[in-house]
Amino acid sequence: MGILEVKGVNKRFGGLQALGDVNLSVKENSVHAIIGPNGAGKSTLLNCLVGKLIPDSGSVMFDGKSVLGRKPHEINQMGISRVFQTPEIFGDLSVLENVMIPCFARRDGAFRLHAYETVRKEADIREQAEAMLEDVDMLDKRHMTASSLSRGDKRRLEMAMCLVQAPKLLLLDEPTAGMARADTNNTIDLLKEIKAKRDITMCIIEHDMHVVFSLAERITVLAQGTPLVEETPENIKGHPKVREAYLGEAQV
Amino acid sequence: MLGLERKDTYLMLAVAFITLFAPIILNPFPAGSALAQFNAGYPDLMQRFVIFGIFAIGFNILFGLTGYLSFGHAAFLGIGSYSAVWMFKLLSMNVIPAILLSIVMAGLFALVIGFVSLRRSGIYFSILTLAFAQMSYNLAYSVLTPVTNGETGLQISLNDPRILDGPSNGGLPVTSLFGAEMRDSTTLFVGPWSWDFSVGYYVCAALMLLAFYLSVRIFRSPFGMMLRAVKSNQQRMNYTGLNTRPYTLAAFVISGMYAGLAGGLLAAMDPLAGADRMQWTASGEVVLMTILGGAGTLIGPVLGAGFIKYFENIFSKINDGILHQWFAFMPDGLENVMVTLIHPFIGKGWHLTLGIMFMLVVIFLPGGLVEGAQRTGRLFRRRDRNAGHVESDAARQRAAAE
Repeated sequence: MGILEVKGVNKRFGGLQALGDVNLSVKENSVHAIIGPNGAGKSTLLNCLVGKLIPDSGSVMFDGKSVLGRKPHEINQMGISRVFQTPEIFGDLSVLENVMIPCFARRDGAFRLHAYETVRKEADIREQAEAMLEDVDMLDKRHMTASSLSRGDKRRLEMAMCLVQAPKLLLLDEPTAGMARADTNNTIDLLKEIKAKRDITMCIIEHDMHVVFSLAERITVLAQGTPLVEETPENIKGHPKVREAYLGEAQV
Repeated sequence: MLGLERKDTYLMLAVAFITLFAPIILNPFPAGSALAQFNAGYPDLMQRFVIFGIFAIGFNILFGLTGYLSFGHAAFLGIGSYSAVWMFKLLSMNVIPAILLSIVMAGLFALVIGFVSLRRSGIYFSILTLAFAQMSYNLAYSVLTPVTNGETGLQISLNDPRILDGPSNGGLPVTSLFGAEMRDSTTLFVGPWSWDFSVGYYVCAALMLLAFYLSVRIFRSPFGMMLRAVKSNQQRMNYTGLNTRPYTLAAFVISGMYAGLAGGLLAAMDPLAGADRMQWTASGEVVLMTILGGAGTLIGPVLGAGFIKYFENIFSKINDGILHQWFAFMPDGLENVMVTLIHPFIGKGWHLTLGIMFMLVVIFLPGGLVEGAQRTGRLFRRRDRNAGHVESDAARQRAAAE
């Protein structure tokens, strides 16, 4: 049993079968990549995992519990954090506040009316957030407004916001999309570092083969809404079905 | 002090000082002088300053922090007033139960209206709140006449039961706080100056200070931080395990209760409640106050409220006769030209002046009067110590970030 078990998931948008009978099993503490050409249904699948979309049929079990029908904030509280394609951070707030908010969410749950307490006096939360920022080398930027960070730093900040919650599963939606080579390599190093330091399961949706082969232990190839193969990186490289999906039949 | 940071403590003390000595500060000109018409230190106007200050402080908790622009907050003001007058009619002329009921009723209505309206955001939220407020206004005006006394407005009368007070002897009773009548005031004469210290004003001022203190606490609390996060990125909020709906609803209810308190105080100063108080222009006014002063800042809404109420009451009083007096030193022709030029901006034309000022502020000072004050302050500081300004800049950025 994997920590994340997807069984027979279907999702239609009108006449388009976005996901057709998707099965996926992600082992605990592994790095699992989902790759596939444009329109293969990678993002749809991810949105079904985090509660943004509800599949038409099938089951999604996380840590032994079903996530279907739960709202995004409930799924996050179960231990799934998500990194977006373009970093989603609190742009108007300081870097430190950005990391403190997930700490509050972990400690106090989805809602608490802590209107008469003072942020300054939350030394524990502050220390926790600062330690996390230290971890991603951003402590010196903690008083900057988040929107003024460079793109790379925004990505680092978003990772810090997810990791400070100590999620069991980290979902990454094309974490290097639109990045220059150097930035991509930095992100790969960052992710390797994160993985080395803690017990965490990662599920990466990615376009860039370089990223996938540097990180993943298992790879699922998705084409036209259906998983073609699930293999180790070595076995994926020369796999005829994968070549077919990416390059088209004519060139095989 | 009181669990506030040093900077906020100073602000709180400054506000307390100005509020307590307002009768003196707002009457800088001797009573008989030509400039006496610019004096704002009479009880009726000072009460309006602080009551609408409370209204705007509460509105700012919703709009300034979460960015949800309610266009129907006057409904809660009106509900507060009606509740208070009913308390004066049925229970007692003491203002405390009246104000408590105002806050509770406004809070309940805010809970219902907020629950429905907060399903949408942006312009749709504004329209929903506007619709609710206009519905309340029209109901109060027509269908609910038994409760609101329709066009005439709800008033106290000699036949009211007033269970706790017993039958009144003689004229209409007046609102009071354990015997201290709201309309009572002491006038202090110092040389040519005269200052009015009214009971009603100090009751309102004390509540305004309490309201302001609570708003500072909310701004500096984890809850306040969550509200700013809602304004910044709701998507990230949800994917961080936070449910945005209860946060926005709590902010909506709190700001509705502030409006209820303001409405209750309006009735406590003058036990009369009319449907006009709920009209959309009244909702628009609090939006103007908050933006003019500086949305999202602590002191801005109070400044904006004071500013607008000052214009409404002082500028509207200036008429052509007064203008002729001012320009009497000029040759006759020029005097008439000046009066004709200025005429549209004064008296009934005070809205024009206010409108122009509002436009100037929004275009040049998006942060409102508070930003204006900050810029001026920075200008002076830079002149004072040219050499040290780099460090002070960095310090300010650090302070702003914290």
